[in-house]
Amino acid sequence: MNALAARRRHPAAIAVLLMIGLFLTGAVYAAVAPEPADATTKALPAQSVEEGKALFRANCATCHGLNAEGRATGQGDKVAGPPLAGVGAAAVDFQVGTGRMPMAQPGVQAQKGTVKFDEDQIAALGAYVASLSPGPAVPSDEAVDASKGDPALGGELFRVNCAMCHNFAGSGGALTRGKYAPALKDVSAKHIYEAMATGPQSMPVFNDANVTPENKRDIIAFLDTVDRQESPGGLTLGSLGPVTEGLFAWVFGLGILVGCAVWLGSKAA
Amino acid sequence: MSTSTARPADALRDGDSAPQAPPSAAAKKIGGVAGWVDDRTGAAKPVGYLMKKVFPDHWSFMLGEIAMYSMIICLITGAFLTFWFVPSAGHTIYDGSYVPLRGVAMSEAYKSTLDISFDIKGGLVIRQIHHWAALMFIVALTVHMFRVFFTGAFRKPREINWVIGSVLALLAIIEGFAGYSLPDDLLSGTGIRAMAGFVQTAPVIGSYLVYGIFGGPFPGEMIIPRLYSAHVLLIPAILIGLFTAHIGLVFVQKHTQFPGPGRTNENVVGYPVMPVYAAKAGGFFFIVFGVIALISALVQINPVWAYGPYDPSPVTAGSQPDWYMGFADGALRLLPGWLEFHFWGFTLSLNIALGALVLLPLVYTVLGIYPFVERWVTGDEREHHLLDRPRNAPTRTAIGMAGITAYTVFMFAAGNDIMAIKLGMSINDITWFFRIGLFVLPPIAFWVTKRICLSLQRRDRDTVLHGRESGTIIRTPGGRFFERHEAGLPEEQWVLVQHDAVSPLQLEAEVDEHGVARPAHRKDKVRAALSRFYFSDAVNPVTPAELAAAHHHGHETEAIEGTHAAEIETGSRDDDLVRRIE
Repeated sequence: MNALAARRRHPAAIAVLLMIGLFLTGAVYAAVAPEPADATTKALPAQSVEEGKALFRANCATCHGLNAEGRATGQGDKVAGPPLAGVGAAAVDFQVGTGRMPMAQPGVQAQKGTVKFDEDQIAALGAYVASLSPGPAVPSDEAVDASKGDPALGGELFRVNCAMCHNFAGSGGALTRGKYAPALKDVSAKHIYEAMATGPQSMPVFNDANVTPENKRDIIAFLDTVDRQESPGGLTLGSLGPVTEGLFAWVFGLGILVGCAVWLGSKAA
Repeated sequence: MSTSTARPADALRDGDSAPQAPPSAAAKKIGGVAGWVDDRTGAAKPVGYLMKKVFPDHWSFMLGEIAMYSMIICLITGAFLTFWFVPSAGHTIYDGSYVPLRGVAMSEAYKSTLDISFDIKGGLVIRQIHHWAALMFIVALTVHMFRVFFTGAFRKPREINWVIGSVLALLAIIEGFAGYSLPDDLLSGTGIRAMAGFVQTAPVIGSYLVYGIFGGPFPGEMIIPRLYSAHVLLIPAILIGLFTAHIGLVFVQKHTQFPGPGRTNENVVGYPVMPVYAAKAGGFFFIVFGVIALISALVQINPVWAYGPYDPSPVTAGSQPDWYMGFADGALRLLPGWLEFHFWGFTLSLNIALGALVLLPLVYTVLGIYPFVERWVTGDEREHHLLDRPRNAPTRTAIGMAGITAYTVFMFAAGNDIMAIKLGMSINDITWFFRIGLFVLPPIAFWVTKRICLSLQRRDRDTVLHGRESGTIIRTPGGRFFERHEAGLPEEQWVLVQHDAVSPLQLEAEVDEHGVARPAHRKDKVRAALSRFYFSDAVNPVTPAELAAAHHHGHETEAIEGTHAAEIETGSRDDDLVRRIE
């Protein structure tokens, strides 16, 4: 204790105390933070349109209506859930397969989350929604095979059609009022294809006349190379452009150099 | 023999110089070379003057050195890059080793940048050193400017050097813009597109200017070679010329120093350039180079290959300029759209022009004229070679902090989209926060800074008058308790009391003794008002009389510092007390 007391006015004492405080706060928070509640209904495996309909009524109808006709909230023109006739199995596979649906709570945009259903259940839900009215189907494995696409052409298509929202490296970008274009890193090829075909959230639909299926595959190939690429220059700082580079220069570049200057300045000549 | 009588035998060798060891062969050789050069150039005198120049020691004096060395690193690495960079918008097809761009049509500028990055040995790390050094150059010159501002080093006789420094800062960011616009990748092309738009908003001459700069409609093929000339030739030449003047004036005017024992307005306490500072500064160059090289080897900057070639149709999310242009970009993001006006078939885009064309020169003009404003307000015509401690100029320090706050609001506003996605907030709310913050935060920063400075000054007074609370409680034989206050060392106290007392200028009467109105009265009134703004609540240093009173007449100190009267126990009184009891 005496040793500690003797050092309580050491110049580094404040920094050490701060670090201990921050560490303890973090550790205590991690230890006692509440687990997110899990109230998912465990539905039975389903194989058909009928079973999909049952799953839909149990999990989706609250917002989308009993027959997927959509429901208004009653507040202005806000909808609880849009009508689903014509969105196709691809939309269901994307929304449910990435955990965006069922939405935990209303918000500006459905967030990627934990997937609540298994593949058979998603397929059954998709079959039910597709049975309402024709729409884009889940793409075949070949249609989303990155090795069959041209990444260079895909890169050009990506920059023309996607980069303005999703950023040059697919790091994501901001849209108005809290909406955003999500980061595309490690998104499965099937989901990228489905997003282009169905236009989820704020995203426009890139139908086959706009971006052909082959071109969609080129874009998938480009994103695949971005995912797999080791960054040649070192740490990427999030691939967010000059903002993070500037932040790094001020915090680390200046921090280190001023540290060196203080050290050199304190050296007797 | 008259000499023998004049000098006794034991004083025969008085006044003789001691025999000196003959110079070594190497020294003879160097001396020979130096003599040869001096005979032909007369360099011995000026070089000797420079080498004997004394510099004071403080880490904050090295911030400018960081900027200087970063600039030199940019020059060295820039020369390397010119060996391979092709400043041309000529069309070509990429066939280098970066697979995702093979077969893509692009400009020769972009292709050569890709070649430097992927196909030339060491090219990528040199490119990254060049870019990181450029960022560090402007970071360092900015904090160097903060140091000079907050310590009042810009005061007479250094106003000219402050102006030169401001011009250097402005040129540095223009040089940076020209540099990061060269590779012709998607991001840099977007920057040039934005610049073209900014220039177009200049009333009347805008569109002519753009046609002049681009040699036709945007983008044309002229802009890259022209930016290249500006980046490698024109601006560096001016930068180096002004920089030489900048550092030459430091030699001529002597370096400022912080107050301390033995340091006065008339001397410089420190070590001579040769050998001490030559070694220290030379070593520091390698430290700076090493740190920047390390960062460049580990951290990627401006991955041009990821942006893809420029094409006027696409744009990427997260399109920001490098940080030093961020404040202008931020201003554009904050300016409301209704500032665009249409009349008589013309468009006046103040929503762009204010942020793009007005703000940038405005910031650097305000910076440049500050010394003259302060001198006019304070009426201080003396030379200053001793630095102010920032707390001893509370209003100046507060003005500086308010300015930095406003600049920071602009700069952070340029990253509003990155904040929105990384913090999960609405970009609209962030923009509104900054819009309101631009007007609210600087006054708050001013007020908080000024109060902190005044409090620190009061604490300095308190320390001088009553010493430091030692935490040692002493019980007298009579049963009284008191805490021992330790008086600081005289050299510590000197730092706390050395600065000049200040008071607002007194307003002269509106009419002179003959009842005639003074013509300059209105100007004087403004000046007096500003002087009150600066000095009306000044906390002045302890005077010798006050110090004596505090030490020898404990009770009278109540009149000086009422707040502390109850606990005053100076060392001398303690001693008296103890002696009396003995």
